[in-house]
Amino acid sequence: MSIFVDKNTRVLVQGITGKEGQFHARQCIAYGTKLVAGVTPGKGGQKMDDVPVFNSVKDAVKEAGANCSLIFVPPPFAADAIMESADADIDLIVAITEGIPVMDMMKVKNYLINKKSRLIGPNCPGIITPGECKVGIMPGPTHKPGGPIGVVSRSGTLTYEVVHQLTMQGIGQTTCIGIGGDPVNGTNFIDCLDAFEKDPDTKGIVMVGEIGGNAEEDASEFIKNNMTKPVVGFIAGLTAPPGRRMGHAGAIISGSSGTGQGKIAAMKAGGIHVSENLGELGELCAKVF
Amino acid sequence: MKIHEYQAKELFKKYNIPIPEGGVAFTPDEANGVAGKLGGFPVVVKAQIHAGGRGKGGGVKLAKSAEEVKQLAGEIIGMNLVTHQTGPEGRLVKKVLVEQGLNIDKELYLSIVPDRATAKVVIMASEAGGMDIEAVAEETPEKIIKVFVDPLIGIQPYHCREAAFGLNLSSAAIKLFHPMLRSLYNLFVDYDCSLLEINPLVITKEETVIALDAKINFDDNAMFRHKDILEYRDIDEEDPLELEASKYNLNYINLDGNVGNMVNGAGLAMATMDIIKFAGAEPANFLDVGGGASAEMVENGFKIILSDPNVKGVLINIFGGILRCDVLAQGVVEAAKKAEIKVPVVVRMEGTNVDKGREILAESGMNLTTAVDLKDAAQKVAEIVN
Repeated sequence: MSIFVDKNTRVLVQGITGKEGQFHARQCIAYGTKLVAGVTPGKGGQKMDDVPVFNSVKDAVKEAGANCSLIFVPPPFAADAIMESADADIDLIVAITEGIPVMDMMKVKNYLINKKSRLIGPNCPGIITPGECKVGIMPGPTHKPGGPIGVVSRSGTLTYEVVHQLTMQGIGQTTCIGIGGDPVNGTNFIDCLDAFEKDPDTKGIVMVGEIGGNAEEDASEFIKNNMTKPVVGFIAGLTAPPGRRMGHAGAIISGSSGTGQGKIAAMKAGGIHVSENLGELGELCAKVF
Repeated sequence: MKIHEYQAKELFKKYNIPIPEGGVAFTPDEANGVAGKLGGFPVVVKAQIHAGGRGKGGGVKLAKSAEEVKQLAGEIIGMNLVTHQTGPEGRLVKKVLVEQGLNIDKELYLSIVPDRATAKVVIMASEAGGMDIEAVAEETPEKIIKVFVDPLIGIQPYHCREAAFGLNLSSAAIKLFHPMLRSLYNLFVDYDCSLLEINPLVITKEETVIALDAKINFDDNAMFRHKDILEYRDIDEEDPLELEASKYNLNYINLDGNVGNMVNGAGLAMATMDIIKFAGAEPANFLDVGGGASAEMVENGFKIILSDPNVKGVLINIFGGILRCDVLAQGVVEAAKKAEIKVPVVVRMEGTNVDKGREILAESGMNLTTAVDLKDAAQKVAEIVN
């Protein structure tokens, strides 16, 4: 088992004819993902390799039976692309795009409240169920299929690092999700933790957070009250200066809020096994799991 | 992106938000000229830098005569203003805002920010104006009113009432406050602000409502649709190395330590800074060359790191994903040749084609130390600088 995506997931790529979209669509196909359609307005009827391209998400759903959308549309048009997918009742929308204005994402998030779609991202590496389905830009071979650990993270390459350490310890993964580094995003830590808790094949979770916002604090509270499975946690940015945006738009300490120290304290209070040193995370996981 | 108070007030004026009469001045004579048009004394002379706490640092002064305006402006322009936000090194003041003095009856606090958790625009208001709002939030959180606005609906009259009644405004002040708050909200949304703050918002003895201060930060991601705001950018307020890095589209932040580091991806970059600290050294910077860094990005990153004279050693940490380690290793070698590196460099690479990458580094004949894992890398670079 896994969460959110598996071997039956039928993926469409919005922005499939762009440089990024094309490259990663091919990588997903090579990994074994059922990539059934592409969408580029004005290029309907064409093909990208063997993948049919449609003018709209609705067409791709109707003609190719897509139920998951992977978005590579540039920032000025990305909010529109997400809402188009939601309006076509896509189950899962994965937005890779980095640099979407916060105001656009706030509107998208409120728009999604009454829709059936789940959004992952934006500004994220996507989601992978190793050995079954890759909907994103992460390096497939770093992952080890078969579980039993779920990974959820606000980061990209840091997630690959964490997964690599798990794999090196011989620990496989059920599903790995990058929820993105933006201040306003779709699926949050709690959504993923809840799904992992309910997934019978997931026996433990690694949660990778970073400075900024309160998502880790809220997740820690949730873990304390609702979870039976062990959680290992890590926070990036303990040495980050306040008031500076550390690469990710969401990674900023404002005043006394969003500090790494505060998050670690909250995680420990929530019963999470915290690794403060990234170099020792894999060893800690081997001990805990 | 940050702008100056006088620039924020220009935007306020555009939105009919009441501000004190005044103008910006770059010399004492100009300051005197501005003061002369304000119709009397006292006037206020305010240092214009991108940092808060200017008053406490001695950058805001009251002048009772033309002579005093000249004298105070002369003192403030050219001073190195140190506030809790500038750090101990302070900031050189190059201009002042000269404004009319007001008959202040009450000082309020008002701000608008995006709320991450709820994805709503939140208006924060407090009767405890003119003070450090962080301290108010810490000690007496009940004194801060929060009004949440759904960005799909926009600001409604009841939002304004909620804020106005919460601030205990008189009926005369309420009439002025409502249109002002609506305008502020519209300005916030129209210009993709990440912070709009007025501290203090003043009720005068004449019962008018005036924005005595103005602070606006903008969402960097939205600058593509606000070319007019980009003209407000003041590069004098930016770190020269960070300015240089921004030309190459590199995410670079200058810090106090002596271990330069270059990493692909923001999260991994932060974690690398942390691990340097754990190993007993201090990071000299944050540098994210991007999740899909190219050889050219690596080369530019090297240039920036090495122009910091404090750097005594460099740690490169790359997780090769889609971008393979052998390609990156080639980039590092090329960059190292061009940049004439005079400090020791520790390289830690992992991921796709890592063996090939390590081979390239080993055969390059360069003075590069390779590390087997992250912990090893951090320890090696810490030993070098300590």
